[in-house]
Amino acid sequence: MTAALAEKSPGAPAPARNATPPRARGTARRRGLDDGPPRWQIYLPLGIYLLFTLIPFYWMLLFALRPSGSTSLVPWPVTTEHFEKVWNERNFGTYFLNSTQVGIASMVMTMLVALAGGYALARFRFRLKNAFMLALLCSQFIPGALMLVPLFETFRNLQLINSMWSVIIAETVFQLPLSMILISGFIKNVPESLEEAAWVDGCSRLRAFLAIVLPMLRPGLIAVGSFAFVHSWNHFLFALMFLSSQDKQTIPVGLNTLIGADSVDLGALAAGGVVAAVPVVIIFAFIQKWLITGFSAGAVKG
Amino acid sequence: MALTAVPKKRALPGTLGGPGKPGRAGKTGKSGNPGKRSLPYVLIAPAGLLMLGFIAYPMLSVLYYSLQHYNVTKPWRNGYAGLENFREIFFEDPLFWQTLAFSAKWVVVEVGLQLVFGLALALIVNQTFVGRGIARALVFSPWAVSGVLTTTIWILLYNPSTGLSRYLADAGIGEYGTSVLSDTGTVFWAAVLAELWRGVPFFAILILADLQSISKDLYEAASVDGASRFRQFWHITLPHLKDAIILSTLLRAVWEFNNVDLLYTLTGGGPAGVTTTLPLYVANTGIEGHDFGYASALTTVAFVILLFCSILYLRLSKFGGDDK
Repeated sequence: MTAALAEKSPGAPAPARNATPPRARGTARRRGLDDGPPRWQIYLPLGIYLLFTLIPFYWMLLFALRPSGSTSLVPWPVTTEHFEKVWNERNFGTYFLNSTQVGIASMVMTMLVALAGGYALARFRFRLKNAFMLALLCSQFIPGALMLVPLFETFRNLQLINSMWSVIIAETVFQLPLSMILISGFIKNVPESLEEAAWVDGCSRLRAFLAIVLPMLRPGLIAVGSFAFVHSWNHFLFALMFLSSQDKQTIPVGLNTLIGADSVDLGALAAGGVVAAVPVVIIFAFIQKWLITGFSAGAVKG
Repeated sequence: MALTAVPKKRALPGTLGGPGKPGRAGKTGKSGNPGKRSLPYVLIAPAGLLMLGFIAYPMLSVLYYSLQHYNVTKPWRNGYAGLENFREIFFEDPLFWQTLAFSAKWVVVEVGLQLVFGLALALIVNQTFVGRGIARALVFSPWAVSGVLTTTIWILLYNPSTGLSRYLADAGIGEYGTSVLSDTGTVFWAAVLAELWRGVPFFAILILADLQSISKDLYEAASVDGASRFRQFWHITLPHLKDAIILSTLLRAVWEFNNVDLLYTLTGGGPAGVTTTLPLYVANTGIEGHDFGYASALTTVAFVILLFCSILYLRLSKFGGDDK
């Protein structure tokens, strides 16, 4: 029965292949045979790990919600003073808008460019393909932090320092290789015969792609797009280094200014953290069930 | 960036390998499909141009600048320098060796611990049990959290007057007023713990994705033959995971070497520079110190070291050796 339960819960990605049928499970447990470890060997370490995972989150919420000066371990009565403060006085309203802008722009760019490239890699053979695949893989081993200095130079030459475009382009470029590899994997999973049938019916390649392939890619695209958004939402260094004026900064840089303040206002810091976490948590909850399947699919095809 | 840790593996028949490819041999863009011969090039052009312009060109400019004196604050020195920068790095710059040593320590400790805990976590949440879906969502959640947000959370926890240590001291564990982040003895482990919090879930996700592709039949056959669970783990699970572990370890190592967000914001490289990694040193030199020539030379050296370690690692681990 547990298998059936797990299948319904949102967090279990494609369990069908793996889950033992409920019937067999029941008997195995009665016999006490090798069907997995005893229950306590699962729940005890998992419980300890859950504490390690959740206490930090709880701590942030606690500081964000309880009044300053309180030492209670329960955030009650709840106050919104810290949120009002970071949003109005600490400029988080602006940071939030900027981060959203950077996140959406680099997500859209990543998806469009990776979709085109991924389609070419999945459906064509062409002369530069192997070289291009090699370049994709190699780019994964180039550490982004070491690219900071040369990228700074490049953007300075293009006069894009202190323009949102520097950050948007940098985020897109570093998202591209993974996104393209994953998307081409998803496209390979769509049988080519479906597309061919549409061509026979007189569709252009573009129409066949839009009408037949794209809808089947939806889960994969949502996962890749969310990835790109979350990544640029979270990323700190590019915004810190390439944007100099305060009203263009993003949330992670805003958080860092709170950390760097001489007397750290912990309530404001925690509230800022919650503001930074909310969109990510919502997206994460939404794509979580595709995460592991997405990785396995990308792995097999990549 | 580091999320590419998608291990390459064989497509098991009937699993995610997808449909058998219909006779594609010899088919190119021209063979009767609607679409021209140039179409694939048009399609990869945007990606190719972006990568050329913002990865390849900057990398080449690094090589160029590494042979130059190029310092905005000392313009009279600017010009061709030959190997001057490199000589300075290896023979006159104690900071280089210090940050390199710290980088190595950081990567080895962090990746080693992540591997052990990530593997254990993946094995646990791969079992079937009540509440598995929720447990997975919860234990994986820090993975989505950024470096700065991780810092924010752990600064709240580590705060000497209102953080966790205060409550622990109230309960009789430890003492009041210790700030783990300003003590050179504890700051390393404080940073390691914070990064583990975020890094273990990532490792676990990758390993779990691979665990899912192991056929249950293997275990059933093994347990019919009377193999203990430990022997099953040793002889079935680990060999199957080998490539995934090798690859995700390598990618995590590159990522942790490259991890500047967390250390920059949590410790700022301090106290007294003891948590400055090589990339952090590069960024400080180039962007804050305006010494692009020297920073480029440092980047080149760091890149060569990383490349050398990666190749050595793949050789030593015989990656994919028994596969093909």
